[in-house]
Amino acid sequence: MLYREAGQFKTSYAADQQVFPIRQDRIGVAAALVVAFLVVPLVANQYWLSAILTPFLIFALATIGLNILTGYAGQLSLGTAAFMAVGAFAAYNFVLRVPDMPILLAFALAGVSAALIGIVFGLPSLRIKGFYLAVATLAAQFFVVWALTHFPWFSNYSTSGVISAQKMEILGFAFDTPVRKYLLALSIVAVLAIAAKNMVRSSVGRAWMAVRDMDVAAAVIGIRPLPTKLLAFAISSFYCGVAGALYAFAYLGTVEPEGFNLDLSFRILFMVIIGGVGSILGSFLGAAFIVLLPIFLNTMAPLLEHRLGLQLPAGLTSNLELIVFGSLIIFFLAVEPHGLARLWQIGKEKLRLWPFPH
Amino acid sequence: MMTAAERRSGDVILKLENISLAFGGVKALSDITFDVREHEVRAIIGPNGAGKSSMLNVINGVYHPQQGTITFHGKVRHGMNPHDAAAHGIARTFQNIALFKGMTVLDNIMTGRNLKMKASFVEQAIWIGRARREELEQRAKVEEIIDFLEIQHIRKTPVGRLPYGLQKRVELARALAAEPSMLLLDEPMAGMSVEEKQDMCRFVLDVNEQYGTTIVLIEHDMGVVMDISDRVVVLDYGRKIADGRPDEVRGDQAVIDAYLGVAH
Repeated sequence: MLYREAGQFKTSYAADQQVFPIRQDRIGVAAALVVAFLVVPLVANQYWLSAILTPFLIFALATIGLNILTGYAGQLSLGTAAFMAVGAFAAYNFVLRVPDMPILLAFALAGVSAALIGIVFGLPSLRIKGFYLAVATLAAQFFVVWALTHFPWFSNYSTSGVISAQKMEILGFAFDTPVRKYLLALSIVAVLAIAAKNMVRSSVGRAWMAVRDMDVAAAVIGIRPLPTKLLAFAISSFYCGVAGALYAFAYLGTVEPEGFNLDLSFRILFMVIIGGVGSILGSFLGAAFIVLLPIFLNTMAPLLEHRLGLQLPAGLTSNLELIVFGSLIIFFLAVEPHGLARLWQIGKEKLRLWPFPH
Repeated sequence: MMTAAERRSGDVILKLENISLAFGGVKALSDITFDVREHEVRAIIGPNGAGKSSMLNVINGVYHPQQGTITFHGKVRHGMNPHDAAAHGIARTFQNIALFKGMTVLDNIMTGRNLKMKASFVEQAIWIGRARREELEQRAKVEEIIDFLEIQHIRKTPVGRLPYGLQKRVELARALAAEPSMLLLDEPMAGMSVEEKQDMCRFVLDVNEQYGTTIVLIEHDMGVVMDISDRVVVLDYGRKIADGRPDEVRGDQAVIDAYLGVAH
């Protein structure tokens, strides 16, 4: 790295157990937060805020949610979009049906609703593992979308099943412009990301990782497998539920159940794989990568055509996205299953020793 | 002069009576009775497939025997699961190292103290009050164990990168972190070099003497067993064939036959 921890000796366990034990990391994170909160709203235009940065934050939140379940607790899930759908529709209904519902409370309750659904679909995890559990969560995916479409009550009897998110207001302050929506999403994501980081570095996080790595040994040192897994399902679904509510309220404005399909679940799973399984930082990297890649390809392809004087067949650019995604997934699964976050870490370790090999 | 056994051993704390365990038609253990006294080093030996590991799994609740009673600290236990066993102060290590591969040494050992942590996940998420305090208290305890087992230099290393001998030591550390009253060791010295075995013997005896922990161990190295254990129980084909002090067991004809084979 450009910096190292030389000279920063820890004299207490409290100092050693900080989230970021190296001073430069703390400065870096603080700087990133300052940029995100103060600089970005000033310099970014509407397109960047509403079409790139806000969805990036929301996907990062959902990715943290899935990472808690899959990366930390080791329970593979294909139902992420379903839990987001529960969050979106629950927030809509809480605001619609409860008079004077504060929006943040509605988001929290949306998360809790998703958590309850998550617990129900997490119950099979005591008995089944791996791919079979993934199939069980696939049931959640199809069941939730079916239920939201089939019972018109959820979409307040709208003929098309589409819901329009209500206005967001906190203490009379309306979050109606792209900048304000971005800041609201950023605040919620920042708080929940710190909470996730705290959980995974304390005993609940260790219990998840213990169950993931060696469940018999975990049971023998006194970790109950079922409550541990169900807690992971609940918290993961809570994060996905809040992300779903933000997806409807701060990003799209109008959503329908079909929008939360299996494709979305897979997208978020790809973010986890590419970003890094079992890493909070990786959740942000993966989300950024997958949100930015199509935009990058769409900008680069015409440029490439122009430079090389080629005429790419129509529709190739959109398929190019899928091709690049597919190859990246294969690359990461085969070469670096721990994703961008691990590559970042390896890079840091190499640079610490550079120019010596070891 | 008192022997080591008399000096250390106290009352019977674990009594196993007529334990039988079968998997379908395969009888793993039949009608086994023995006891463990407080503070002693109790060895279970026997040829491969004799049922030694099954015996440990019965003691800490991984397996439930079809017949027999287990009395621990004067209480008869029925259908105890591993979590209850851990809560009652029974810790163990495994024959094939069962560490949490993705975690550092420190986190592995901290996991051994999870039962002592009472803060809810909400407190831990906010990282205030009890959660923060507990984390520091438990860290201090864990550091004592790290000092005791001399693994300070690998504290922050992911366990997957460690050599075999050190992994075994980290597993012992994780078991000790629970401050158990009884420690079950399943072949703690298997596959180790002579130096590593000597280190491990020293740690086992130190644990026994300093913390007064009762130790039940399975081991194949007869030299080790004869040197460090107070009493030995010998199993063969799921049956108990001998029980007594190391020198008694060593001279027992049934034991010699079981190990060396006998002409039929």
